[in-house]
Amino acid sequence: MKVRAARFLKSSEFYLFLVIAGLMALLTVFTEDFFSVENLFDVLMSYSFLGVMAVGLMVVLISGGIDISFTATATVAQYVMATILIRHGGGWWLAFLIPMAIGITLGAVNALLVYSLRVHSIIITIATLNIFYGLLIFLTGGKWIYNFPDWFARGLSLFAFTSSGGKTYSFSLSIMVLVAAVAITGFILNKTAMGRQIYAMGGNPEAAKRMGFNLLRLHLFVYCYMGLLAGTAGLVQAQLVQTVAPNSIVGRELEVVAAVVLGGASLAGGAGTLLGTVLGVALIAIMSNGLTLMGISSYWHQVVIGLIILASVSITAFNRKREERRHAGIEV
Amino acid sequence: MQGSKSDIQKLKSLFSMRTDPGSRYLVVLLAVLIGFFSLVLPGQFFRTANLQSIAFQVPELGLLSIAMMIPLLSGGINLAIIATADLTGILTAFILTRFIPAGAEGAVPVLVIVLALAMGLALSLLVGLLNGWIIAYLGVSPILATLGTMTLIEGINMASTKGYVISGLPEPVLFIGNGVVAGIPMPILVFAATAFLVALVLRRTSLGVSIYMMGSNEKATLFSGIDIRRVILKIYTLSGLLCGVAAIIMISRFNSAKAGYASSYLLVTILAAVLGGVDPFGGFGKMMGLILALLILQVLSSGLNLLGMSAHLTIALWGGILIFVLFVNLLRERLSRIRV
Repeated sequence: MKVRAARFLKSSEFYLFLVIAGLMALLTVFTEDFFSVENLFDVLMSYSFLGVMAVGLMVVLISGGIDISFTATATVAQYVMATILIRHGGGWWLAFLIPMAIGITLGAVNALLVYSLRVHSIIITIATLNIFYGLLIFLTGGKWIYNFPDWFARGLSLFAFTSSGGKTYSFSLSIMVLVAAVAITGFILNKTAMGRQIYAMGGNPEAAKRMGFNLLRLHLFVYCYMGLLAGTAGLVQAQLVQTVAPNSIVGRELEVVAAVVLGGASLAGGAGTLLGTVLGVALIAIMSNGLTLMGISSYWHQVVIGLIILASVSITAFNRKREERRHAGIEV
Repeated sequence: MQGSKSDIQKLKSLFSMRTDPGSRYLVVLLAVLIGFFSLVLPGQFFRTANLQSIAFQVPELGLLSIAMMIPLLSGGINLAIIATADLTGILTAFILTRFIPAGAEGAVPVLVIVLALAMGLALSLLVGLLNGWIIAYLGVSPILATLGTMTLIEGINMASTKGYVISGLPEPVLFIGNGVVAGIPMPILVFAATAFLVALVLRRTSLGVSIYMMGSNEKATLFSGIDIRRVILKIYTLSGLLCGVAAIIMISRFNSAKAGYASSYLLVTILAAVLGGVDPFGGFGKMMGLILALLILQVLSSGLNLLGMSAHLTIALWGGILIFVLFVNLLRERLSRIRV
C-alpha cells in the first residue's frame, strides 16, 4: 500500500491532478460562475464526446499505434445514422447500432491496413481520414442535417433533478456513454487477457509475437474498439447539438491526441492509464471553460492550450532525461 | 571538356533515378495519369492555361513538403509547418501593409519590402530553432514537441489577426507569386532553386549525411561522434526557414495573409513525402521522388477538377493512392526477398 501511494505521488497523474485542483481553486476564487452545478454540468456535457474518443485513442496508443482517422469515423457514423433515422425512423437501439457498426467496420479497415502494410499507423490513418471524410462529403455533398425525430431530441435521462435556477439536469445520454466507455475500457485493459496483451504488444511487439500472441487479432480489436467508441461519440455529439454538420468533429483530432498525451500515455506504446486520460481531457475542458468565464477572448484559448501541452511534455521529457542520467552507467 | 561532363554527371546523380528504383514506379504512375487525362480531356489537359496553373500550384505545396521531408528523413516530423508558414505570412503582410507610407516612391517602399521579407524569414528561422531546441535539448519527441508548437502558433495567429484577413500587398511582392520570367512562373523558379539547394545539402554535405544516418540509427550516429543535438537543431531550423519561403509565395499568390490558410496541406505534405519514397521512419528518401509525387498529386487534382469532380473526391483519391503505393512497396519488397 505504501509503495503504491509513493508511486502515485511520483506519477504524471498526480501532477495533473494537482494542476487541475489548483486551476479549479483559482477559477472558483476569481470567477462567480465556475463552481456551480450548472457550469460543471455544462462542461461535462459538452466535453464528454471528446472524452469517449480520448479513451478509445488511449487504447490505440497503449498498443503502440495511433489513430488520426477517428474524427472522420465519428462523422461518417453520425451522418449515416441521422440520415437513416430521419428517412426511415427507428428507435434508440438503431441509433446506437448504426454508428457502432460503422465504427467497427471502418476500424477494421484501419486494422487490416496497419497490420498488412507494416507502415506506421499514423501514415495509414492519415490516409484513411482523407478517404473516409473525402468520400462522405463527395457522396453527400456535405449538407447539414436537422429535423431529428422528437424522441431523439428529448434524449435519454436518468435521475433528473431541477436546480435552484429552474433548469433541469440529469444523468444524460452523453454522461452515460462516457461513464460506460471508461468503465468498460478499464475492465478490458486491467481484467482481461486481451487488455494485458495490448499493453505487452505496445511495450515490445517482437516479444509479444514470440510469446505467440495473435497480433492480427490484437490489431483488429484495438482499431475496431477505437472505431466503436468514435461512432458512439458521433451519436452523442449529434444528440447534444441536434445537428449533423460534417465539419464539426473533423479537425479536432489533434486536440484529442493532446488530451491523451497530457494524461501520460506514451506515443511509443505500452504506457497509459485511464485516470490520466480522463484528467487530460478534464484539464483541457476546464481550462477552456475557465478562460471563457474570465472573459478572455476565445482567440487566446488555443495559445494557452498550446503552452500547457508544451510545458507538460517538456517537463515530462526533462524529468525522464534527468532520471536516465542518474542511472546512467556503461552497459556492454 | 572531360571536367564539365563529370560535373553534369554529378548533377544528374543528384536527381538520379537509377539508384532509386521507387522513382521509376512514380514515373510510370505519372505517365499513366497524364496519358489518362489527355485521352479523357482531349485538348484541355495540355492547354497552356492548365499547365501554367499546375506550375503555379506546385511550389507552395512543394516547399512545405520539403520542410516536412527533412525532419522525416531524420526519423522526426514537423507538424508545425503550416502554422509556421501562416505566422510568418501574417508578420510579413502586416509590415507590408502598415509601414509603407501612402504615395511613397523610390527607396522607401523597397526598403520596407526587403525588411518585411527579412523579418518574416527571421521569424520562421526562430520558430524552427525553438522546435529544434525543445526536441534536442529537452528531449521531447518530435511529434509531441511540434504538436505543442503547432497548437501554440495557431493560437497566436488567430489571436493576433482575430480571424481577419490582411490583404492589399504592394505590387513588387505580388510579382514573386504571380510573375513570369522568360515564360517560367516565378514560384517555380523559387521552388526549383530551393529544391536544388536542399538536394545539394542532403547529398553533398556532412549535415545531409548526418540526417540520413540519424534516420537509420540514431544511437549509432551518436556513437560515431556526431553531435546529434546540433544536427537536430539544424534540421528544424532549416525546416522552419523553408516554411518562411513558402509563406512569401503563399501571401503573394493570395495577395493576403490569414490564420488557418492552407491548414489542409499538413496531411498532404506527409502524403507527398511518403508517396515520394521517404521512409516515415527515417533514413531513406530523395528529392526527385518528392518532386514526382508532387506532380502526381497536382496532375490528379487538376485533371479531376477539369472533369468537374469535387475537390473532396480528390482528397479521398490522394489517400487511396498513398495506400496503393504502400501496397506496391510491400509487394516489391516481398518479391525481391523471394528472388534472393
